[in-house]
Amino acid sequence: MFQAIFFYIFAVILIGAAVGVIFSRNPVHAVMFLVLAFFQSALLWLMAEAEFLAIVLVLVYVGAVMVLFLFVVMMLDINVESVSVPYTRYLPLGIMVAGLMVVELLMIIWNRQAAEPLTGSFSRMPEGYSNTEALGAVLYTEHVYAFEIAAVILLLAIIAAITLTMRKRPGLKQQNIARQVAVQAKDRVRLVKMAAESSEKDQ
Amino acid sequence: MEWLIPQFFLGAWDQFPPLLQYLIETTFWILVVTITVILGVAFTTYFERKVIGYMQGRIGPNRVGPKGLGQPFADVLKMLIKEVVVPAKSNRFLFVIAPLLTLVPALATWAVVPFSNTFVIADINAGLLYVLALTSVGVYGVILAGWATNSKYAFLGAMRSAAQIVAYEIAMGFALVGVLMASGSLNLGVITEAQGGGVTNWFVLPLLPLFFVYFIAGVAETNRAPFDVAEGESEIVAGFHVEYSGIAFALFFLGEYANIILISALTSILFMGGYLSFFEGWTILEGTMLSFLREPSLGWLVLKICFFVYVFFWIRATFPRYRYDQIMRLGWKVFIPVTIVWIGVEAVMAWMQVGPWTNLYG
Repeated sequence: MFQAIFFYIFAVILIGAAVGVIFSRNPVHAVMFLVLAFFQSALLWLMAEAEFLAIVLVLVYVGAVMVLFLFVVMMLDINVESVSVPYTRYLPLGIMVAGLMVVELLMIIWNRQAAEPLTGSFSRMPEGYSNTEALGAVLYTEHVYAFEIAAVILLLAIIAAITLTMRKRPGLKQQNIARQVAVQAKDRVRLVKMAAESSEKDQ
Repeated sequence: MEWLIPQFFLGAWDQFPPLLQYLIETTFWILVVTITVILGVAFTTYFERKVIGYMQGRIGPNRVGPKGLGQPFADVLKMLIKEVVVPAKSNRFLFVIAPLLTLVPALATWAVVPFSNTFVIADINAGLLYVLALTSVGVYGVILAGWATNSKYAFLGAMRSAAQIVAYEIAMGFALVGVLMASGSLNLGVITEAQGGGVTNWFVLPLLPLFFVYFIAGVAETNRAPFDVAEGESEIVAGFHVEYSGIAFALFFLGEYANIILISALTSILFMGGYLSFFEGWTILEGTMLSFLREPSLGWLVLKICFFVYVFFWIRATFPRYRYDQIMRLGWKVFIPVTIVWIGVEAVMAWMQVGPWTNLYG
């Protein structure tokens, strides 16, 4: 009973937050609604005893991806008025994408139901079952090649992103860190000894 | 303890459904831990001012109460009765909620911290992941405060802080990978137990580079000196909290110090054996009055936390502030390679059956 109550509370907040992402005028508010939506889906996953996925969702999306999103959105000087173009412009495309996703979800549920009938509650894992261990055991044995290919692709993406931003422009000033570290006091300050001048001479 | 409570209450307690009993008990312990941490924060501010005072040849606060011990409470009272000014052009909701967003994750992380071998609020399997997730959520308070204030200084501070925290989180995460490779678990209690059997078994020795990376990244993550460019007063006044006053400012302060204590506690647990004793396995203490010193207890954890908190203040009194590009260079080009190399070293040592990780292989 409690499970059902919590599920509906979280689900309603999740959908509300998702609607908020679309309808908020201010882009920063939209990002914060998206953060809330991620949190709620993490809670739903926790209820399904998928604690690894839930915490990683918060760690990766809320803790890193959305921070960068927020970073970019705050830096862009978006005029709040100009954002409020009629939503109907994107309506056909939006409905198409949403419809596609609904159809895909229904297909999965249909497929699953054929294998094992759906129940009203989350399935219970045995005591002492560790989600993280189970995931790791599958990932590093059965799917090790797919896993490694994904890792290589990600590494490639990192290198590509770095090389794209590392272009040298003429006239660009850069620090030479090695020279800065190796600098000594005598390179910066030169102490000069001069004979004292008498003040009468100046006048 | 049982004899203290009247029989009537015990009888009533047994009548409660188990779920309610569980809820009441957990809420009680959460309150105990939270209030202890907040009191700890109060005295940490006093501790900081005393430590820095003596390091700079001053006395520090000594007027309120004996030895100035009443100073934190006087400060809190002052903050409470001051006006909270909300800038006219600010985003009111986010402006008010931002201090809470720094404080809440710092307090919520204490749920998985094992205080002794018998007491932890939530003994969950994914404790380390939970810690990482919550520390990464803490950055929102700073960013939102800077943005909602609608001031260039605050915004610059928030941007600096966001980039810095994202950079150091990676090094921090990698340092934790080393710890969980050595202990074979994500549960903080199990990690502590894996360091049992004397000081030489603590992870601080085999994982020395990771220990330094973790602690320094922790200093950077809490926006403390010498990494406190987010509030660099010589350039951007006070950074993200420039427009905060009264109790809203106090909440930021509380969050910052709660984070300091938290990072100190985590460093103690992950690398210094947590609640385990310094004298574990010393046969010289056998049968003497001091044999209780070998037992694991909350006292050891508190002692280690106090030491690391002291190191935070020591660092602050010693080093000048980093330049911003140097902070970024340290995070990306020094710490991350160091952690990756040491994880590789650890893996090879485990594979060659050398060192304390022999049980990992196979």
